[in-house]
Amino acid sequence: MHTDRTDRRGHRPGRGAGIPERADDARWRDAPWNGGHRGEGAGRRDGNGWHRGEPDGGRDGDRRGERGGERDGEWDGEWDKVTGRARFAAEYSPRAALAYAVPVQATIARGEVRNVDSETILTLPGMLAVLWHGNAPGLGVPEDSGLALFQSPKVAYRGQFVAAVVAETLETAYEAAARVRVDYAAEPHDVVLRADHPRAYRAWEDAPGEDGREAVERALREARVSLDLTYTTPAYHHNPLEPHSTVAVWEDQGLVIYDSCPGAAAVRDTLAELFTLPPSLVRVITPDAGVGYGGAATTRPQTVLAAIAAQVTGRPVQVTLTRRQMFAVTGYRTPLVQRVRLGADGRGRLVALGHDVVEQTSTTADPAAGPGAAGGPGRPVCEVLYDVPLRHRTHTVVPLDVPAPSWSRTQGDLPGVFALESAIDELAAACGLDPIELRLRNLPEADRPGSAAAGLAACLRAGAERFGWAGRDPAPGVRRDGRWLVGTGVAAAAYPVAQSPAEATVRLDADGRFRVRLAAPRMRPEERAALTTIAAVVLGVTPERVEIELGGEGGAAAGPPAPAAAGGDEPEDVVRWGMPVVRACEALAAMLGEREAHPGVPLEARARADAPDGGHAFGAQFAEARVNLDTGEVRVPRLLGVFTAGSAADADALRARFTGAMTLGLSMTLCEEGELDERWGGFLNQDLSHYLLATFADAPDVAALLLPGDGPAPDPAEADRLTGLGTSGTAAAIANAVHHATGIRVRDLPIRLDALVGRLPTG
Amino acid sequence: MRPFDYERPWNIDAALAAVRDTPGAMYLGGGTNLIDLMRLGVLAPELLVDVSRLPFDRVEETGDGGLVIGAAVRSADLASHLGVRRRYPVLAQAALSVGSAQIRNMGTVAGNLLQRTRCAYFTDVTKPCNKREPGSGCPAVDGVHRNLAVVGYSPSCVATHPSDLAVAFAALDAVVRIEGATGPRRVPITAFYRDPGDDPRQDTVLEHADLITGIEVPPAGAAAHSAYRKVCDRTSFAFAVVSVAVVLEVTAGAVRDCRIALGGVAPKPWRAERAEEVLYGADATEENFARAARTEPAGARPLRDNGYKVPLVRNLLTRTLIDLAKKGA
Repeated sequence: MHTDRTDRRGHRPGRGAGIPERADDARWRDAPWNGGHRGEGAGRRDGNGWHRGEPDGGRDGDRRGERGGERDGEWDGEWDKVTGRARFAAEYSPRAALAYAVPVQATIARGEVRNVDSETILTLPGMLAVLWHGNAPGLGVPEDSGLALFQSPKVAYRGQFVAAVVAETLETAYEAAARVRVDYAAEPHDVVLRADHPRAYRAWEDAPGEDGREAVERALREARVSLDLTYTTPAYHHNPLEPHSTVAVWEDQGLVIYDSCPGAAAVRDTLAELFTLPPSLVRVITPDAGVGYGGAATTRPQTVLAAIAAQVTGRPVQVTLTRRQMFAVTGYRTPLVQRVRLGADGRGRLVALGHDVVEQTSTTADPAAGPGAAGGPGRPVCEVLYDVPLRHRTHTVVPLDVPAPSWSRTQGDLPGVFALESAIDELAAACGLDPIELRLRNLPEADRPGSAAAGLAACLRAGAERFGWAGRDPAPGVRRDGRWLVGTGVAAAAYPVAQSPAEATVRLDADGRFRVRLAAPRMRPEERAALTTIAAVVLGVTPERVEIELGGEGGAAAGPPAPAAAGGDEPEDVVRWGMPVVRACEALAAMLGEREAHPGVPLEARARADAPDGGHAFGAQFAEARVNLDTGEVRVPRLLGVFTAGSAADADALRARFTGAMTLGLSMTLCEEGELDERWGGFLNQDLSHYLLATFADAPDVAALLLPGDGPAPDPAEADRLTGLGTSGTAAAIANAVHHATGIRVRDLPIRLDALVGRLPTG
Repeated sequence: MRPFDYERPWNIDAALAAVRDTPGAMYLGGGTNLIDLMRLGVLAPELLVDVSRLPFDRVEETGDGGLVIGAAVRSADLASHLGVRRRYPVLAQAALSVGSAQIRNMGTVAGNLLQRTRCAYFTDVTKPCNKREPGSGCPAVDGVHRNLAVVGYSPSCVATHPSDLAVAFAALDAVVRIEGATGPRRVPITAFYRDPGDDPRQDTVLEHADLITGIEVPPAGAAAHSAYRKVCDRTSFAFAVVSVAVVLEVTAGAVRDCRIALGGVAPKPWRAERAEEVLYGADATEENFARAARTEPAGARPLRDNGYKVPLVRNLLTRTLIDLAKKGA
């Protein structure tokens, strides 16, 4: 039953044969869908089921048994996602036959469900259940009311799950879901975001009084140069490769969940709340993730649906969302209206800044929660870049009949930097200054805590040199290459850096191997590989001499890894180890001389990192834009990002993160837009044929340059935060380059040809 | 997706019979559009009759110097066919602009002509669409229509036809070969697509069980001086916002032959007869090209949000004419 590959990994027959590696839990091992059905018919599942996709902790346990297999397995793990070997949540096949649930989504944006015609549907062959609020089990009250599936007739947005069907096969479930007739009492809905919306409320604002708004407004009136500009960004959808998926299994008294959400503990706690179970009876296993951050950092409705459906039918149930279903229920970045006001003196020094942000939320969101969920664009990132004596920011939220927005790729800093850095470029033009020079003139004092001065100035200067900025003609719309107008643009980038408390120990043993010990209960293969590389680079040795040991403090490293859901394994726990590893390895490297002096004495170094408010990492982005005179098509033949990467050890991996993030930034600048149809109140372009993402051809030359620096650096293993820094500034750099090429300022993303064609010289 | 039957007949008579006898039957070519529409619930055929392996997979020379392109020729093979590239660059370029490499490897020439509009309302079964459900209404007229038609539409449907190949074929005066219940017949590509009128359900004049067997392309002549230009919302793998197919023959500084078709502006490839008239016999100057382009799209009535297509298609046509004239000189 085992493949060669499995054997090479060191699975022992009889143990790895289709049983999830939960050695600590006999109940699990004996559960009917595991041991009970082992035997005939199980071969197919063995081929692509448990033994390949068990939690990483389990694999670690096995690897320790046979060293040869361990090496192979470890380095194979790094490639699993690109070779198709990685197993995702939807690929878990419990022993008992899976059933499939497919949600039915609301076709009204506001109102109530009066009835669901379940009787007719249930007569279809292979149907197991139709769920809706008229028959679904009662749930506890979750923090996120969007997860209380089928608990009330209320419809708060188009696309909300109002019912679901459960069937023996996926095909039957899809067909049945399409046939379910839902009887609604619709109410008029309101889905269009406007800055002057009557329901808008002020989530927060800087001091409104003499020191704040009034002072800013007076300074803006009196400033030598004063700009008042409005920028808009549309809704952005995550669209990860992996569709959100869950497999739910009820065992004797508890719930087992395989979920695409990487935050196992958060999912566990939410489900425990909903099903009024002690958290210890909810086991959440989050395997290889193809989705993360804003789209899946929190529990999503498909997880709850799978659990309800499994409870009602007594069968393991899988829910995998389609691309179209994901547009409504997995979060998206709110569209934004940002007003930026800048005042400057005759030398281009900023005297006042006003930044007013309007975003939307759902009517079910708790107003007290504020705009934090989407990370306000006006948050301090817009303060740290430049030294402005007077500033005033407001953040306004409009509750609408729309799904609740979430982070998307990064927090609100991303669109915030687009608005601010576009405005700074407009200010440079108004002051007759080179945009890099204007930025340098406004850097904060170098000795101020968290100052951008050193990092940002270095990024701007290094980027200017690499990009060939010197001698740039500031005049817009004057450079031609055939039928293309050519321009260049620059923008600053910033992203907050926070380091969760974490500690690493690295030991040089007598066998010449370096063992890095972390208190992490488990770790994904790619993170383990990244940390191995980081340690090897800092230590100056080959990766083969480095081992990462997991486990608690006090020499527990060799013991069995803690189960995935044992608690405390928030997603950030497994991505926060880069910095302490770097510091510990640096310390050990410094001690290596002693080793030579006292051979045989084991060396050990320990380091701790903890910076909940770690300041900001900085960067500068440079773009070349070409705009076709006849068609308005925009091409970006060159993108260069320069980032303060601190003591980043694995520079290749870091550059790859940054270029990927910059490509995302390019995509949101030129292509992406969630199109609303206000008459129905939902997103219209719900697939990748209509919601365009950048292709390879759109991003031919994206380069990242890393500057060493003393300042706070992003954790080398933290993909999400690096994405935040890498996407920050891309949009503004491109928009500024388009202006330099054409003389046309586009303040509404995306920048598509219809914003330009017909406005360009035709001669 | 509803359960359906699948058949793969080995000759055309069996294929015709299979579809003729089943009202809910459809032919299956590369499946790059039909399968998507079945997954979305837009189409639910009872029976798929796979014709992709019938012997219509070749590009053949006709005695008079023209070509017959088999219905099952894949876009990738059409794009790389040497004779097509030399003698009909407009067609090779259009074929190369189709979708992605994967789509071009799967999609057939006939399937390309028969693909359905990408209007987002057509593919969203939770909203009305006259093309999907006659009489339900057209939400695009007042809705999201940035990429829809500016000419040739009707109040019941403002969809565009997304085919690239059809635009090139229109400029080449190609003829569609059809086998049907009443025997074979030939329909010029310019008469192949229906005006939407009050009933936009049927995109073409094909009747149930009619099967395209090939496309006749008349002898080359001027077609060797031809080009296809396609403008999209991203650099590759997207449908045309607008496209132009131009055949231009210039002799002694004057336009001797000129055939122009526009894509992305209408429910069918839009033959730019007005511009052709202006150019026949005229001096091949930039001024004349621009003057001709300004007459198109003749009768355009842009919707609220797609007026940009008018200057776009005029600019694109002018530039394509200028570039072709330079090349030919």
